[in-house]
Amino acid sequence: MRIPHLLACSTLLAAAAGVASAATITIATVNNGDMITMQKLSSKWEQQTGNTINWVVLEENVLRQRVTTDIATKGGQFDILTIGSYETPIWGKQGWLLTLNGFPASYDYNDIFKGVRDALSANGKLYAVPFYAESSFTFYRKDLFDAAGLKMPAKPTYDEIAQFADKLTDKSKEQYGICLRGKAGWGENMAFVDTLVNGFGGQWFDMKWNPELTSAPWKAAINYYVNLLHRDGPPGVTGNGFNENLALFSTGHCAMWIDATVAAGMVFDKTKSQVADKVGFTAAPHGVTEHGTGWFWSWALAVPASSKKADAAKSFLAWATSKDYVKLVGETNGWTGVPPGTRQSTYDNPNYIKAAPFAATVKTAILSADINHPTKNPVPYTGIQYVAIPEFQGIGTQVGQFVAAALAGQMSVDDALAKAQAATKSTMQQAGYIQ
Amino acid sequence: MTRHSKSHRVAGALAWIAALAMFFPIAWMFAASFKTEVEAIATPPLFVFTPTLENYREVFARADYLGFALNSVVISLGATLAALALAIPAAFAMALYPTKRTRGTLLWMLSTKMLPPVGVLVPIYLIARETALLDTRTGLIIMFALSNLPIVVWMLFTFFKETPKDIIEASRIDGASVLQVITVVLLPLVTPGIASTALLSIILCWNEAFWSLNLSAHDAAPLTAFIASFSAPEGLFWAKLSAASTMAIAPILVLGWASQRQLVRGLTFGAVK
Repeated sequence: MRIPHLLACSTLLAAAAGVASAATITIATVNNGDMITMQKLSSKWEQQTGNTINWVVLEENVLRQRVTTDIATKGGQFDILTIGSYETPIWGKQGWLLTLNGFPASYDYNDIFKGVRDALSANGKLYAVPFYAESSFTFYRKDLFDAAGLKMPAKPTYDEIAQFADKLTDKSKEQYGICLRGKAGWGENMAFVDTLVNGFGGQWFDMKWNPELTSAPWKAAINYYVNLLHRDGPPGVTGNGFNENLALFSTGHCAMWIDATVAAGMVFDKTKSQVADKVGFTAAPHGVTEHGTGWFWSWALAVPASSKKADAAKSFLAWATSKDYVKLVGETNGWTGVPPGTRQSTYDNPNYIKAAPFAATVKTAILSADINHPTKNPVPYTGIQYVAIPEFQGIGTQVGQFVAAALAGQMSVDDALAKAQAATKSTMQQAGYIQ
Repeated sequence: MTRHSKSHRVAGALAWIAALAMFFPIAWMFAASFKTEVEAIATPPLFVFTPTLENYREVFARADYLGFALNSVVISLGATLAALALAIPAAFAMALYPTKRTRGTLLWMLSTKMLPPVGVLVPIYLIARETALLDTRTGLIIMFALSNLPIVVWMLFTFFKETPKDIIEASRIDGASVLQVITVVLLPLVTPGIASTALLSIILCWNEAFWSLNLSAHDAAPLTAFIASFSAPEGLFWAKLSAASTMAIAPILVLGWASQRQLVRGLTFGAVK
């Protein structure tokens, strides 16, 4: 064979090898700002690797149902899943996810906050890498506080929050002292209610997994929640989730709002918020304890065990959750838009600290949220605004409906909690936790 | 004014009110698609605003609308044709040659629509996985055809029953086979009924969300999946969701308007005798 022919064959073989190694991966993700940014920037990874990506973008609850069905039946439809810190350890223990411990040294696992890594691990193995993380804290209107001669403490109590809300409510101007989630759902009203109950000294279960929903702290917490929102909340509160409250706060109808830290970037965005220059923020309120008063959540990326393109999928994860990716977002979209709450290097970056005045408070909130010690007294579970057991989605949603019914005035708080206790007990018995 | 014309006017006014009430959500969605995200969630709601095409630009940039729309067209038409192919002979037999069990069979068919789809999600998902029909148009065509089959059979059964039996019997006496009776005699008589059944089936397929979201991922995802991708738990999305929804319903809305005469004729076929 002549040399030119040999060269041509070699070139063809190399090209064929290149084509063979290029893969098309399918990513299931949620529709939020950070994920959309990832989708837009992912062409850089495609160019670097020759791989291509099919995106399946769904609403959070639809996505959760969709990927749960797929992974439980080993459907193999997706190569990368966007899942939360609730599902990751449960699915990891089931053997449904691949471990993600083998990324190159440049990935620098130790740069990821330890609390975030722990939340995405089970039995010491990392099953998902964090895309962003959030806690909860208190947003308030500095202008209204100044006008009323009030001062927001660095660590407010629930009593103080109620006093401020009473003073700042002026329903004739559609100005409400407090906006809180009221829409039923384990990720909706129960996200806030769980932190409230934790702060009042309550817990979901005792050390033997007996539900404690009729205990004094639960009753005190839910009475506080219902009475506060009746006095100082906006109308139609049982229909309000994160987005509705964001809209109310952004258009100047709420003096205070306790919700996800990820909202900070949205209420500070002058193009979307009418109160961007009037917003202050402080820690989530506490009661008899500070344990579990600010929640912890992380959207993370995982590779299902059923994926046939695990290498390409892991390569994408290593890119999309790296320090370089954070830098790329900052330089492309502006530093307020970088995925928050995951890496120390993000908070060491002067560009980010300068652009995001809320950065230090968010970091403190995330680092303070300890999912392993969520309550005043010891509990057999982890998770602050959820209990990391598979049954919790059903339990949380059902209890959320009873709490929403009490808020709507359809039943008393005592009745709602009695029914919630009975339903939870029944589920725990059926699942074999208790007799 | 006579009493008759007065009651006509009242009925006309009520019809207009009902029509406007039904159309209002669509009109509001259409208007919201031209607002900014802040305007879309403003309280009190904004009726006067400067329209923007930004949402449409964003929606086009983020998702392959034409790919989703093509899937919707292929799946809706395919499922409707498959359902008609199965339902026409079934309805023919039950309408013109009923047995003691016909009524029970019809009720049983309809009862399958009363089952919440989520109750059979896992078995159907497993069947689709085992037969390699996950995320394929064929899989969704089969699923939609089967799920709409009871309604299609019922509608066709009603139309076929209105056909004069004498004509069918005469053609049988003249020596026509069953297939000839259906294709040459029956189908021309009930064309308006079949057309309106087909239109209803297309609309049902076009709007079906549960199975299309659960059995498709990327390759076969229709417009319902396209809409779902613009809903968000954290962040403002009403304006973009409205733009996506407007784009998703536009083809079926146009089809409905274009064929409304045929649709009404079919739906009232045999109503007055």
